[in-house]
Amino acid sequence: MHTYIDTPPCPVEVEDLAVAYGKVTALAGLSLRIDAGTVMGVLGPNGAGKTTLIRVLSTLLHPSRGTARVMGHDVVQDPLPVRLAIGLAGQYAAVDQELTGRENLEMIGRLYRLPRAEARRRAGEVLERFDLTAAADRRVGTYSGGMRRRLDLAASLTGRPPVLLLDEPTTGLDPRSRQELWAIVDELRAEGTTVLLTTQYLEEADRLAQRIAVVDAGTVIAEGTPAELKAGVGTDVLRIRLHEPATTAAAAPLLADLAATGTTVGADCPAGELTVRVTRPDASAEALRRLDHRGLHVATIQLTQPSLDDVFLTLTGRTTTSPALAEELR
Amino acid sequence: MTTATTTRSGLAARSGRQRLTPAAVLRDSRVLAARQLRKTLRRPTYIVFSFIQPVIFVLLFRYIFGGAIDTGATSYVNFLMPGIIVQTAVFGALVTGIGLTEDLGSGVVDRLRSLPIARSAVLLGRTAADLIMNVCTLIVMIAVGLLVGFRPTGPAWQLGAAFLLVLTFSFVFSWISAWIGLSVRNPETAQSAGFIWVFPLTFASSAFVPTDTMPGPVRMFSEHNPVTLVVDAVRGLAIGGPPPAGPAAGALLWLAVLLLVFVPLTVRAFRRA
Repeated sequence: MHTYIDTPPCPVEVEDLAVAYGKVTALAGLSLRIDAGTVMGVLGPNGAGKTTLIRVLSTLLHPSRGTARVMGHDVVQDPLPVRLAIGLAGQYAAVDQELTGRENLEMIGRLYRLPRAEARRRAGEVLERFDLTAAADRRVGTYSGGMRRRLDLAASLTGRPPVLLLDEPTTGLDPRSRQELWAIVDELRAEGTTVLLTTQYLEEADRLAQRIAVVDAGTVIAEGTPAELKAGVGTDVLRIRLHEPATTAAAAPLLADLAATGTTVGADCPAGELTVRVTRPDASAEALRRLDHRGLHVATIQLTQPSLDDVFLTLTGRTTTSPALAEELR
Repeated sequence: MTTATTTRSGLAARSGRQRLTPAAVLRDSRVLAARQLRKTLRRPTYIVFSFIQPVIFVLLFRYIFGGAIDTGATSYVNFLMPGIIVQTAVFGALVTGIGLTEDLGSGVVDRLRSLPIARSAVLLGRTAADLIMNVCTLIVMIAVGLLVGFRPTGPAWQLGAAFLLVLTFSFVFSWISAWIGLSVRNPETAQSAGFIWVFPLTFASSAFVPTDTMPGPVRMFSEHNPVTLVVDAVRGLAIGGPPPAGPAAGALLWLAVLLLVFVPLTVRAFRRA
């Protein structure tokens, strides 16, 4: 049954997807395309619909409207080839605590209907890759949180899927485990895997993704490369805390021309804190120089990328917290 | 793939849509049953307690209630054992629902449902593994029964048939328990929801006492209760007395109906869970 097509199918193609749980609308007409061999970061707060999107793409949930295709297969009409094409790693480590790491992976391999020897060989390979060989024959119950998450990711790769769906893969991980996981995602992309990764951290999407889709209330409200997105949002944020809070008012005007067009220097006098949205690459050095010149002592200085909240504030004019919705989707 | 539509991955194309071959479904069920058994074996204290509970029931009824219950010509222990075997089979089936809710909570069910396997394989694997555990429990219990005076008199084939009937019963109740678990979706609720209906079902039956002393409506209920039918069939097959053919036919009819109702319900609940 060969069908001859010139272009390979789009790895992930979502059109006008809607999902409602009772009265709560989790997705409200979401559309998305991911190019082969790239990482798409789906960025949004709790309750934005990120997990629902993953559940539809992994055939766990039927949409009430719209279509979703993975490698050209419709997730509702033809779920089996979709499941063959995806690897899913969720927010929780979905592995059996009572079994060893190796047993968990061998079982997954067997469920891809690999012959026993092949399942065993592949489990060994994946364990090696994720640096779990030493712990392979220990029960997962004895693993650290980071190891469990690595094993979970390893399990999702056992079938060598061309499309990987990662639902907040680093939530709850310590910084070191997070770095390790990032390195693995980079590697997988370099090998040609297409990755959809949901996250609440702009930093993470920026670090891993070629394109970012910002979702809010079940739709994509902005999409582009990390650079485009950040350019739209503006700017890095410079936070300065002065040694003497009393000098805050005097310090603020000195930094006025460093502030990005249309923004002003924020001054919190009782705390002695100044917040400036900056665009110049040398903004921190320049600020320090000017303050020092006037004899104003700086206690701490920090240059941060805009947070998801900053992105949201710019795109929607409100912050990310909508606890009622997040609660209902738990 | 012009000639062979079945691939090694157990998928077959049919009317433009990929499906799993029955052989693949069976193979997946076996892999998942093995997973479940291996997990159970890693919890030895759990196994010990699941053996102890029915043994305590045997001893309690044999030595505490036994003397006060009149079972006519049949000794109470011979009357009791078929009943308590069936009760154990029903109680053992409750594990299925509780276990499934645990897997739902840990995200394992989502992982399994996102793999290229039949969803029924997850349920079949689970119920098959629980059945095997129940076989072990029953063997331990029957051994204890023999120690305290249980003396089955039926020929070997009848004893075998009785055992098979009990296992089928246990398997069917595993599906009911699975359906309850998948509907309530929480281990604690699954546990209490399971026991609520199982106690009246097993006690308002001929499992522990003859039904003829029960008041009218209770007696009506207990005489049509599938537990009574299975117990009476097992008694007839194992220790003689009233012929087993009638109750056995009634029991099989019940089991067929329950399977036809609860397997689709369970599969549907699993899809939605």
